Amino acid sequence: MSTPRVAVIGFAQAPCLPSAGTTSGVETLVPVFQRALAEARLDRREVDFWCSGSSDYLAGRAFSFVNAVDAIGACPPICESHVEMDAAWAFYEAYVKILAGEAETALVYGFGKSSAGRLRRVLALQLDPYTVAPLWPDSVSVAAVQARLALDAGIVTERAMAEVAVRSRADATTNPYAQVSGVLDLDDLLGRPYLAEPLREHDCAPVSDGAAALVLAAGERARAHPRRAWISGVAHRIDPPGLGERDLTAVPSATTAAEAAGLPGDVEVAELHAPFTHQELLLRVALGLDARVRINPSGGALCGNPMFSAGLARIGAAAGQVMSGRVRRAAGHATSGPALQQNLVCVLEAS
Amino acid sequence: MSGVDAPPLSAPLTISFDYTRSLGPVLSRFMTGLRERRVLGSRTADGRVHVPPLEYDPATHAPLTDLVEVAPTGVVTGWTWTDRPLDGQPLDRPFGWALIRLDGAATALLHAVDAGSRDAMRTGMRVRIRWAAERTGHIRDIACFEPGEGPAEADQPAGDPVTVMTTPIRLAYTHTTSPEESRYLRALAEGRLLGQRCPVCRKVYVPPRVCPADGVPTEDEVTLGDHGTVTTFCVVNVPFAGQRRDPPYVVAQILLDGADIPIPHLILGLPADQVRMGMRVAAVWRDRSTWTTTPENIAHFRPTGEPDAPYESFKDHL
Repeated sequence: MSTPRVAVIGFAQAPCLPSAGTTSGVETLVPVFQRALAEARLDRREVDFWCSGSSDYLAGRAFSFVNAVDAIGACPPICESHVEMDAAWAFYEAYVKILAGEAETALVYGFGKSSAGRLRRVLALQLDPYTVAPLWPDSVSVAAVQARLALDAGIVTERAMAEVAVRSRADATTNPYAQVSGVLDLDDLLGRPYLAEPLREHDCAPVSDGAAALVLAAGERARAHPRRAWISGVAHRIDPPGLGERDLTAVPSATTAAEAAGLPGDVEVAELHAPFTHQELLLRVALGLDARVRINPSGGALCGNPMFSAGLARIGAAAGQVMSGRVRRAAGHATSGPALQQNLVCVLEAS
Repeated sequence: MSGVDAPPLSAPLTISFDYTRSLGPVLSRFMTGLRERRVLGSRTADGRVHVPPLEYDPATHAPLTDLVEVAPTGVVTGWTWTDRPLDGQPLDRPFGWALIRLDGAATALLHAVDAGSRDAMRTGMRVRIRWAAERTGHIRDIACFEPGEGPAEADQPAGDPVTVMTTPIRLAYTHTTSPEESRYLRALAEGRLLGQRCPVCRKVYVPPRVCPADGVPTEDEVTLGDHGTVTTFCVVNVPFAGQRRDPPYVVAQILLDGADIPIPHLILGLPADQVRMGMRVAAVWRDRSTWTTTPENIAHFRPTGEPDAPYESFKDHL
């Protein structure tokens, strides 16, 4: 039996907002589903498999992903699954489901109301529950320790980090879903106070509420679609949970994921899920992306980082570059966990 | 429709629970060691000592049982500075977070450094453990680190090994309702039960919600009466923490007349073993002066004495 080829045929996202009202993601998801399915030219009853990424810790309510199933319209019954990670990993599950021949179409979605609680404190709970989480190290401080290691190792500079922020904000001016955008002055940024040294505000993604949905298809449904981005490789890898167990500046799991996904050297665009400026610089090295590769034309997670959908949105944005005919090859990357612990790489091609 | 333009309701929501975890053979010894002011690491096949200890060798996958003591002093390999500590963090004044490699260890652990000021922090600085005055066998037996060197000051072993650790978790949220839920809750404060009709299947949902059959928001508002039918129920016989009523009592699904989805509530006013499917019930409202935007405005439902509704009338709403 030959392995089916799978393509992205639709993508939509909600605007990234500092606060999107309701703690339930259901209302946010309805219009996102409608737009993604319209782009895919698919009726919701033609979706064979639904898969989502979200976390109850964000909203502070149990089984929030079950509530979200209302937005699917689960009558008659549907085939559904969920990951407690960024929806990029739900994308991977759906991709495998299609490769296994158990579905021909899938809708993958992620949602999160990061603003309901204090995000950087909530995220402490994803750390080792015995020796780390009981100290409540917040996610910004953990990232700042990683940035310090990269500075000390001479891999990044505060100026190079600020340049990432300047470029991202400028690119985001053409992205209607971005939360922050505009023209920043490099020297002005470097004079601003630290949030968690060596990170300043511009080095950190804003706290964002949001959602995204992506439609996958194989077979005739993919071939017949006028706009599609074929997936030529996907892989994800994980590093040890102990923050002192790995070289935080090398991102080994990103490197191995890129190798396993067959990330080509001539990729034209890469959407990297880097919630901190130094992480984009680390990822460029880890993924072997040289200066010719256009990074994050959407503005990236630095201009809107809805938890549990920002990684999926990177794949959607990369697919959009291919579907629009602007590029022939693009890469989408997603991360989950602290300090780039888990990394997923997806390669998308026009044919 | 009152309150259409009012902002969605929101309220603080605090969640707290104690995570109680059993430790296993490696972490049990590690935590027991902390209680005695000793830090133990696990040695992997390549000879490296890992602190905090690993339970399995990541290369050979063998269980790691060879725990060795390392020094209470070490070196900062990476750090940041916190001006405004958050709830639950080790110190309530500005402090440094640092990865610290203890002397004798090959890996670093994350902890707080009580350095006084940011200017005292640097990569490569020497630090020593400040032990908590009372130690229970928990990572917080290390109160924090402080700059400097220090002699080992271990205690004699005392007490049973630590096999369980408890970590209190407390999270604060702001819960916000949807505009439709807000109108439902505001109507409750006026003694009205508000549903909404799905534009596709015409079913009426109370409280309003995205139609679970069609995946579209409900639109037309429908005011419902407070009479209904018990579709199904359970008798609560088990006492539990936070329970407000002595068991046995009945929690039922009640299909309000005109609605297509039941709501859960209490059935009181008759012995628990006399509640039945199809029984007709009516809401018993609390005193009007106590009404707020909550379903608790209805104290419970009671039987009306009408003949039972036929099964066919509610069989699709179980």
